[in-house]
Amino acid sequence: MASLHDYLLVSGLLFAIGLAGVVLRRNIIVVFMCLELMLSAANLTLVAFSRFKGVNGLPDYNGQMLVFFVITVAAAEVAVGLAIIVALYRARQTINTEDLTSMRG
Amino acid sequence: MPLAIFWFFALVMLLGGLAVLSLRNPVASALSMVASFVGLAGLFIGLNAFFVGIIQILVYAGAIMVLFIFIIMLLDLKIEEKRALKLAPLLGGIGIVLAFTIQLLGILSKSPDLESKPLDLAAGSAAYVESSPGISTKLAAGHLPDVNLIGDVLFKGYNLPLQIVGVLLLVATIGVVVLSKRQPT
Repeated sequence: MASLHDYLLVSGLLFAIGLAGVVLRRNIIVVFMCLELMLSAANLTLVAFSRFKGVNGLPDYNGQMLVFFVITVAAAEVAVGLAIIVALYRARQTINTEDLTSMRG
Repeated sequence: MPLAIFWFFALVMLLGGLAVLSLRNPVASALSMVASFVGLAGLFIGLNAFFVGIIQILVYAGAIMVLFIFIIMLLDLKIEEKRALKLAPLLGGIGIVLAFTIQLLGILSKSPDLESKPLDLAAGSAAYVESSPGISTKLAAGHLPDVNLIGDVLFKGYNLPLQIVGVLLLVATIGVVVLSKRQPT
Protein backbone atom coordinates (compact mmCIF):
# COMPACT_ATOMS: atom_id res chain seq x y z
CA MET A 1 0.00 0.00 0.00
CA ALA A 2 1.19 3.51 -0.79
CA SER A 3 2.09 5.46 2.32
CA LEU A 4 1.71 9.16 3.05
CA HIS A 5 5.34 9.85 2.13
CA ASP A 6 4.82 8.44 -1.37
CA TYR A 7 1.99 10.86 -2.01
CA LEU A 8 3.90 13.80 -0.53
CA LEU A 9 6.97 12.94 -2.59
CA VAL A 10 4.99 12.69 -5.82
CA SER A 11 3.14 15.92 -5.17
CA GLY A 12 6.38 17.69 -4.27
CA LEU A 13 7.93 16.50 -7.52
CA LEU A 14 4.92 17.76 -9.48
CA PHE A 15 5.27 21.11 -7.73
CA ALA A 16 8.98 21.19 -8.62
CA ILE A 17 8.16 20.48 -12.29
CA GLY A 18 5.63 23.31 -12.28
CA LEU A 19 8.11 25.66 -10.61
CA ALA A 20 10.77 24.77 -13.16
CA GLY A 21 8.29 25.51 -15.95
CA VAL A 22 7.38 28.90 -14.51
CA VAL A 23 11.04 29.87 -14.19
CA LEU A 24 12.40 28.39 -17.41
CA ARG A 25 9.72 28.69 -20.08
CA ARG A 26 9.34 31.86 -22.14
CA ASN A 27 5.87 31.23 -23.59
CA ILE A 28 3.42 32.91 -21.24
CA ILE A 29 0.64 30.35 -21.92
CA VAL A 30 2.93 27.48 -20.94
CA VAL A 31 3.94 29.43 -17.84
CA PHE A 32 0.25 29.58 -17.02
CA MET A 33 -0.18 25.84 -17.48
CA CYS A 34 2.74 25.22 -15.13
CA LEU A 35 1.01 27.42 -12.55
CA GLU A 36 -1.99 25.09 -12.83
CA LEU A 37 0.32 22.12 -12.25
CA MET A 38 1.61 23.73 -9.05
CA LEU A 39 -1.94 24.32 -7.78
CA SER A 40 -2.83 20.70 -8.52
CA ALA A 41 0.21 19.49 -6.61
CA ALA A 42 -1.02 21.41 -3.59
CA ASN A 43 -4.43 19.76 -4.05
CA LEU A 44 -2.83 16.31 -4.02
CA THR A 45 -1.13 17.12 -0.72
CA LEU A 46 -4.43 18.26 0.79
CA VAL A 47 -6.32 15.17 -0.31
CA ALA A 48 -3.53 12.88 0.91
CA PHE A 49 -3.57 14.45 4.37
CA SER A 50 -7.37 14.35 4.45
CA ARG A 51 -7.25 10.59 3.78
CA PHE A 52 -4.37 9.67 6.09
CA LYS A 53 -5.38 11.87 9.03
CA GLY A 54 -9.03 10.86 9.00
CA VAL A 55 -11.55 11.51 11.75
CA ASN A 56 -13.97 8.84 12.98
CA GLY A 57 -12.57 6.38 10.48
CA LEU A 58 -13.60 8.58 7.54
CA PRO A 59 -11.46 11.00 5.49
CA ASP A 60 -11.28 14.49 6.97
CA TYR A 61 -13.57 16.37 4.62
CA ASN A 62 -12.41 19.77 5.84
CA GLY A 63 -9.27 19.20 3.77
CA GLN A 64 -11.28 18.41 0.66
CA MET A 65 -13.28 21.63 1.09
CA LEU A 66 -10.05 23.58 0.64
CA VAL A 67 -9.43 21.58 -2.54
CA PHE A 68 -12.79 22.69 -3.92
CA PHE A 69 -12.08 26.31 -3.17
CA VAL A 70 -8.63 26.01 -4.76
CA ILE A 71 -10.17 24.50 -7.90
CA THR A 72 -12.78 27.26 -8.07
CA VAL A 73 -10.25 30.04 -7.61
CA ALA A 74 -7.96 28.38 -10.17
CA ALA A 75 -10.80 28.32 -12.70
CA ALA A 76 -11.53 32.01 -12.14
CA GLU A 77 -7.81 32.77 -12.33
CA VAL A 78 -7.47 30.94 -15.65
CA ALA A 79 -10.39 32.84 -17.16
CA VAL A 80 -9.06 36.25 -16.12
CA GLY A 81 -5.45 35.38 -16.94
CA LEU A 82 -6.25 34.17 -20.44
CA ALA A 83 -8.30 37.34 -21.06
CA ILE A 84 -5.27 39.37 -20.01
CA ILE A 85 -3.07 37.32 -22.35
CA VAL A 86 -5.43 37.98 -25.26
CA ALA A 87 -5.42 41.70 -24.49
CA LEU A 88 -1.63 41.60 -24.25
CA TYR A 89 -1.37 39.84 -27.60
CA ARG A 90 -3.62 42.44 -29.21
CA ALA A 91 -1.42 45.24 -27.90
CA ARG A 92 2.01 43.70 -28.54
CA GLN A 93 1.59 40.79 -31.02
CA THR A 94 3.78 38.60 -28.82
CA ILE A 95 3.42 36.36 -25.79
CA ASN A 96 7.10 35.72 -25.30
CA THR A 97 8.13 37.00 -21.91
CA GLU A 98 11.52 38.12 -23.19
CA ASP A 99 9.85 40.61 -25.53
CA LEU A 100 7.69 42.12 -22.80
CA THR A 101 10.22 44.38 -21.17
CA SER A 102 8.39 47.69 -20.80
CA MET A 103 8.24 47.31 -17.01
CA ARG A 104 11.89 46.35 -16.64
CA GLY A 105 13.65 48.81 -14.36
CA MET B 1 -4.14 1.94 -3.05
CA PRO B 2 -1.84 -0.89 -4.21
CA LEU B 3 1.68 0.29 -4.85
CA ALA B 4 1.77 -0.75 -8.52
CA ILE B 5 -1.37 1.23 -9.41
CA PHE B 6 -0.13 4.17 -7.37
CA TRP B 7 3.16 4.34 -9.25
CA PHE B 8 1.41 3.89 -12.60
CA PHE B 9 -0.79 6.94 -12.04
CA ALA B 10 2.06 8.87 -10.42
CA LEU B 11 4.29 8.22 -13.44
CA VAL B 12 1.52 9.27 -15.85
CA MET B 13 1.16 12.47 -13.84
CA LEU B 14 4.88 13.25 -13.57
CA LEU B 15 5.68 12.38 -17.20
CA GLY B 16 2.76 14.53 -18.32
CA GLY B 17 4.16 17.37 -16.24
CA LEU B 18 7.63 16.91 -17.72
CA ALA B 19 6.11 16.94 -21.22
CA VAL B 20 4.33 20.25 -20.44
CA LEU B 21 7.69 21.61 -19.38
CA SER B 22 9.75 20.35 -22.29
CA LEU B 23 7.60 20.29 -25.45
CA ARG B 24 7.92 23.39 -27.60
CA ASN B 25 4.54 23.19 -29.33
CA PRO B 26 1.93 24.85 -27.04
CA VAL B 27 -0.82 22.50 -28.24
CA ALA B 28 1.31 19.49 -27.32
CA SER B 29 1.94 21.06 -23.92
CA ALA B 30 -1.80 21.49 -23.37
CA LEU B 31 -2.56 17.90 -24.33
CA SER B 32 0.17 16.47 -22.12
CA MET B 33 -1.30 18.54 -19.31
CA VAL B 34 -4.54 16.58 -19.85
CA ALA B 35 -2.55 13.35 -19.37
CA SER B 36 -1.02 14.77 -16.22
CA PHE B 37 -4.44 15.66 -14.80
CA VAL B 38 -5.91 12.26 -15.65
CA GLY B 39 -3.08 10.66 -13.65
CA LEU B 40 -3.76 13.05 -10.81
CA ALA B 41 -7.46 12.16 -10.87
CA GLY B 42 -6.48 8.50 -10.62
CA LEU B 43 -4.47 9.29 -7.49
CA PHE B 44 -7.44 11.17 -6.01
CA ILE B 45 -9.75 8.24 -6.63
CA GLY B 46 -7.19 5.93 -5.02
CA LEU B 47 -7.37 8.15 -1.94
CA ASN B 48 -11.16 7.54 -1.65
CA ALA B 49 -11.81 11.11 -2.86
CA PHE B 50 -14.09 10.06 -5.72
CA PHE B 51 -15.86 13.37 -6.12
CA VAL B 52 -12.64 15.38 -6.20
CA GLY B 53 -11.26 13.01 -8.84
CA ILE B 54 -14.29 13.41 -11.07
CA ILE B 55 -14.23 17.19 -10.59
CA GLN B 56 -10.55 17.19 -11.49
CA ILE B 57 -11.32 15.53 -14.83
CA LEU B 58 -14.44 17.59 -15.56
CA VAL B 59 -13.09 20.99 -14.59
CA TYR B 60 -9.38 20.75 -15.38
CA ALA B 61 -9.10 18.20 -18.17
CA GLY B 62 -12.42 19.36 -19.60
CA ALA B 63 -13.20 23.00 -19.15
CA ILE B 64 -9.87 24.67 -18.39
CA MET B 65 -8.02 22.70 -21.04
CA VAL B 66 -10.59 23.61 -23.71
CA LEU B 67 -10.07 27.24 -22.69
CA PHE B 68 -6.29 26.92 -23.10
CA ILE B 69 -6.54 25.22 -26.50
CA PHE B 70 -9.14 27.77 -27.60
CA ILE B 71 -6.80 30.64 -26.74
CA ILE B 72 -3.84 28.92 -28.42
CA MET B 73 -5.88 28.60 -31.61
CA LEU B 74 -7.25 32.13 -31.31
CA LEU B 75 -3.75 33.57 -31.08
CA ASP B 76 -2.58 31.21 -33.85
CA LEU B 77 0.64 30.33 -32.05
CA LYS B 78 3.35 28.57 -33.98
CA ILE B 79 5.97 26.30 -32.53
CA GLU B 80 8.41 28.52 -30.71
CA GLU B 81 11.54 29.22 -32.63
CA LYS B 82 14.58 28.10 -30.77
CA ARG B 83 16.14 30.94 -28.88
CA ALA B 84 19.45 30.90 -27.17
CA LEU B 85 18.69 30.32 -23.49
CA LYS B 86 20.46 32.77 -21.29
CA LEU B 87 22.73 31.02 -18.85
CA ALA B 88 21.88 32.94 -15.67
CA PRO B 89 18.09 32.30 -15.66
CA LEU B 90 18.67 28.67 -16.63
CA LEU B 91 21.10 28.04 -13.79
CA GLY B 92 18.95 30.01 -11.37
CA GLY B 93 15.84 28.03 -12.29
CA ILE B 94 17.54 24.66 -12.02
CA GLY B 95 19.17 25.73 -8.75
CA ILE B 96 15.83 26.77 -7.21
CA VAL B 97 14.18 23.52 -8.25
CA LEU B 98 17.09 21.41 -6.99
CA ALA B 99 17.12 23.24 -3.66
CA PHE B 100 13.38 22.64 -3.32
CA THR B 101 13.69 18.94 -4.12
CA ILE B 102 16.58 18.42 -1.71
CA GLN B 103 14.68 20.19 1.04
CA LEU B 104 11.65 18.03 0.33
CA LEU B 105 13.67 14.83 0.53
CA GLY B 106 15.31 15.99 3.76
CA ILE B 107 12.00 16.77 5.41
CA LEU B 108 10.43 13.51 4.25
CA SER B 109 13.35 11.44 5.52
CA LYS B 110 13.07 12.99 9.00
CA SER B 111 9.31 13.17 9.52
CA PRO B 112 7.32 10.11 10.62
CA ASP B 113 5.50 8.19 7.89
CA LEU B 114 1.84 7.14 8.02
CA GLU B 115 0.56 3.89 6.59
CA SER B 116 -2.91 3.96 5.09
CA LYS B 117 -5.49 2.50 7.42
CA PRO B 118 -8.65 1.04 5.90
CA LEU B 119 -11.67 3.28 6.38
CA ASP B 120 -13.73 2.44 9.47
CA LEU B 121 -17.22 2.88 8.08
CA ALA B 122 -18.96 1.62 11.23
CA ALA B 123 -17.33 4.28 13.42
CA GLY B 124 -18.19 6.92 10.82
CA SER B 125 -21.77 5.68 10.78
CA ALA B 126 -21.98 6.03 14.55
CA ALA B 127 -20.67 9.60 14.34
CA TYR B 128 -23.39 10.63 11.86
CA VAL B 129 -26.40 8.99 13.58
CA GLU B 130 -27.49 12.24 15.23
CA SER B 131 -26.70 14.83 12.58
CA SER B 132 -27.65 13.10 9.32
CA PRO B 133 -29.34 9.67 9.52
CA GLY B 134 -29.29 9.21 5.73
CA ILE B 135 -25.50 9.29 5.60
CA SER B 136 -25.36 7.06 8.65
CA THR B 137 -27.47 4.31 7.07
CA LYS B 138 -25.39 4.38 3.87
CA LEU B 139 -22.20 4.11 5.91
CA ALA B 140 -23.68 1.27 7.96
CA ALA B 141 -24.53 -0.53 4.70
CA GLY B 142 -20.83 -0.49 3.81
CA HIS B 143 -20.75 2.30 1.18
CA LEU B 144 -18.81 5.55 1.38
CA PRO B 145 -21.34 8.22 0.31
CA ASP B 146 -18.60 10.64 -0.74
CA VAL B 147 -20.86 13.26 -2.31
CA ASN B 148 -23.31 13.24 0.61
CA LEU B 149 -20.49 13.70 3.11
CA ILE B 150 -18.98 16.55 1.10
CA GLY B 151 -22.36 18.24 0.78
CA ASP B 152 -22.90 17.87 4.52
CA VAL B 153 -19.59 19.52 5.40
CA LEU B 154 -19.83 22.14 2.63
CA PHE B 155 -23.29 23.44 3.36
CA LYS B 156 -23.16 23.12 7.15
CA GLY B 157 -19.64 24.30 7.85
CA TYR B 158 -18.56 26.32 4.82
CA ASN B 159 -21.67 28.23 3.80
CA LEU B 160 -20.19 31.72 3.93
CA PRO B 161 -17.01 30.79 1.97
CA LEU B 162 -19.28 29.16 -0.61
CA GLN B 163 -21.23 32.39 -1.09
CA ILE B 164 -17.99 34.36 -1.30
CA VAL B 165 -16.66 32.02 -3.97
CA GLY B 166 -19.88 32.62 -5.90
CA VAL B 167 -19.21 36.36 -5.77
CA LEU B 168 -15.63 35.68 -6.89
CA LEU B 169 -16.87 33.81 -9.97
CA LEU B 170 -19.24 36.68 -10.78
CA VAL B 171 -16.39 39.17 -10.47
CA ALA B 172 -14.20 37.01 -12.70
CA THR B 173 -16.95 36.81 -15.35
CA ILE B 174 -17.50 40.57 -15.37
CA GLY B 175 -13.75 41.17 -15.34
CA VAL B 176 -13.23 38.95 -18.36
CA VAL B 177 -15.97 40.73 -20.29
CA VAL B 178 -14.45 44.12 -19.47
CA LEU B 179 -10.95 42.95 -20.35
CA SER B 180 -11.89 41.48 -23.69
CA LYS B 181 -13.91 44.46 -24.88
CA ARG B 182 -11.99 46.32 -27.51
CA GLN B 183 -10.67 49.52 -26.04
CA PRO B 184 -11.73 52.57 -28.07
CA THR B 185 -8.65 54.00 -29.70
